[in-house]
Amino acid sequence: MKEKKKDVLFKETLKIINIGLGKFYENIEAQSVEAVQVDWEPPAGGDTEMIEILDQLL
Amino acid sequence: MESRIFKGVEIRKKQYYDSVFLMGVNQKLGNFEGIRQTAVLMGSEKNKSILSNMGMTDSRIEEAGPNDLIIAVLGETEQAVSHALGMADSVLQGLDAKKTEARFHTLEEGLSQLPDANLAVFSIPGEYVPHEARKAIEAGLNLFIFSSNISMDDELELKQLAEQNNLIVMGPDCGTSLIGGIGIGFANVVRQGEIGVIGASGTGLQEFTSQIHNAGFGISHAIGTGTNDVKDKIGGITTFSALDVLEKDPSTKVIVFVSKPLGDQLVKKLVSRIEQSKKPVVCCFLGLDSPLRLPKKTDRVVRIIDEAVSASIGLIEPGIKSEKLELTPEEVSWCEKEKGRWSSEQKYLRGVFAGGTFTYQSQQVLKDAGIRVYSNAPLDYPMTLADPDVSQNHTIVDMGDEFYTLGRPHPMISGALRNERIVQEAKDHQMAILFLDFILGHNASMDPAGELLDSIIFAQSEAQSHGGHLTVVASICGTDQDPQDLAMQKALLREQGIYVFNSNARAALFCANLLITKKVSEK
Repeated sequence: MKEKKKDVLFKETLKIINIGLGKFYENIEAQSVEAVQVDWEPPAGGDTEMIEILDQLL
Repeated sequence: MESRIFKGVEIRKKQYYDSVFLMGVNQKLGNFEGIRQTAVLMGSEKNKSILSNMGMTDSRIEEAGPNDLIIAVLGETEQAVSHALGMADSVLQGLDAKKTEARFHTLEEGLSQLPDANLAVFSIPGEYVPHEARKAIEAGLNLFIFSSNISMDDELELKQLAEQNNLIVMGPDCGTSLIGGIGIGFANVVRQGEIGVIGASGTGLQEFTSQIHNAGFGISHAIGTGTNDVKDKIGGITTFSALDVLEKDPSTKVIVFVSKPLGDQLVKKLVSRIEQSKKPVVCCFLGLDSPLRLPKKTDRVVRIIDEAVSASIGLIEPGIKSEKLELTPEEVSWCEKEKGRWSSEQKYLRGVFAGGTFTYQSQQVLKDAGIRVYSNAPLDYPMTLADPDVSQNHTIVDMGDEFYTLGRPHPMISGALRNERIVQEAKDHQMAILFLDFILGHNASMDPAGELLDSIIFAQSEAQSHGGHLTVVASICGTDQDPQDLAMQKALLREQGIYVFNSNARAALFCANLLITKKVSEK
């Protein structure tokens, strides 16, 4: 896997995964930045305890 | 010689889109080469008057109704204008299609689409962030976390994990960052340059970067740390990480740190870090009461954002003398004129703010002038409002506080909350000054001034009907490159007799002067 470091972030071309507000994605894209929108939905029906349990199992 | 500007207008009958969607269309069309300004909006009366103020007069605009879409373009050549207009339909369709196309629903799906991504931006509910953010760090991504309501324990764990992986976590509760000129979250459009800035507050970073741009200088990077980073529990992990980044960054010549005063342990750590810095550092501690002893390498320790702007510019160009925060003789004369119009009943300042840092900084400027202000976000605890919904004496409320925004849009994206409060304040005939802040930039409301105009006019007429006069003072945080059109926002306010400043601190000083001279005249 390609190494991604904080110093590199401030030198390289930004490539963004936007998780949440579509408006943020639109603004990032409008600045000609390569980006992907994730219309995130809570896993396990939003039960945070269940998410932790599933994480440990997987 | 001034270059000629070409205009073009198209109307799409019975095509209705919401303003957030059209904001995207506007930006896309504005990015085409040779385009100076675009206005893609529905044909409401208010929008038509905006177009008329822009100099866009056309019989087709006059005839357009509220359900008709107006596409107006100003460009440098006839070809540029007709190209942008020709592309309008495909931009509209493209954005519309994107709204419904199947997107990705998990971080993993996003990563599979963009495997060499280097930043994840989170704006999902805070309770789910730690889990998702941990996965993002493990995948080697730097983070910008806009979400709030994340425990300090989780924040510390995420930041430590990121530090071990040589990654940076901007946030949680991070409103603003500018990375190599790209704005993330609420950010103004500023030119790139040699000043790098680190800040815990989004509006603090917006005010600093906008003022640097407006002074003709530029920003290398603006790194938001999130509100809690400077607390002793977190220990400034992101702050120190950002200092390392800016110190190594070849484009950064001066580093600026903007924050509320730090915890005791963190001050010691910061002092020792700055002593080792290879670049000059300016520290702006908002609300700092006592002088702070920092090493010689900290070229300046200041308390107001404007002073940090002045100090950092002075380090880039030593020939430029620091400007003191003071009013011009003309501004002082305006104060005299205004206070002379108040009724005997009118004596209080009422600030209805969108920005947390502006609430804080304004109280500081007023306190320095001997004026104590109540607030829901007070500078000093005894000045806490008993009920955030009810102003007492001089009051400035931060309407971006969760108390008000629960289930309602933040005042930076909608004027609804502030309109209600302004109308409420207008009914108190002891109000002499209405003090407001307006914040432009990416993701902010496209017309923050226009959204509040009706309630401001109501407050002005209410004061008049009681034999008085309401003095309205406003600051605008923005640049001429912002999507909202800074000049038009200023013009909208000035047309209503509002005193408009480019800096919140100067606007606060104007308010202080109004109140002080009132006191003097009463003696």
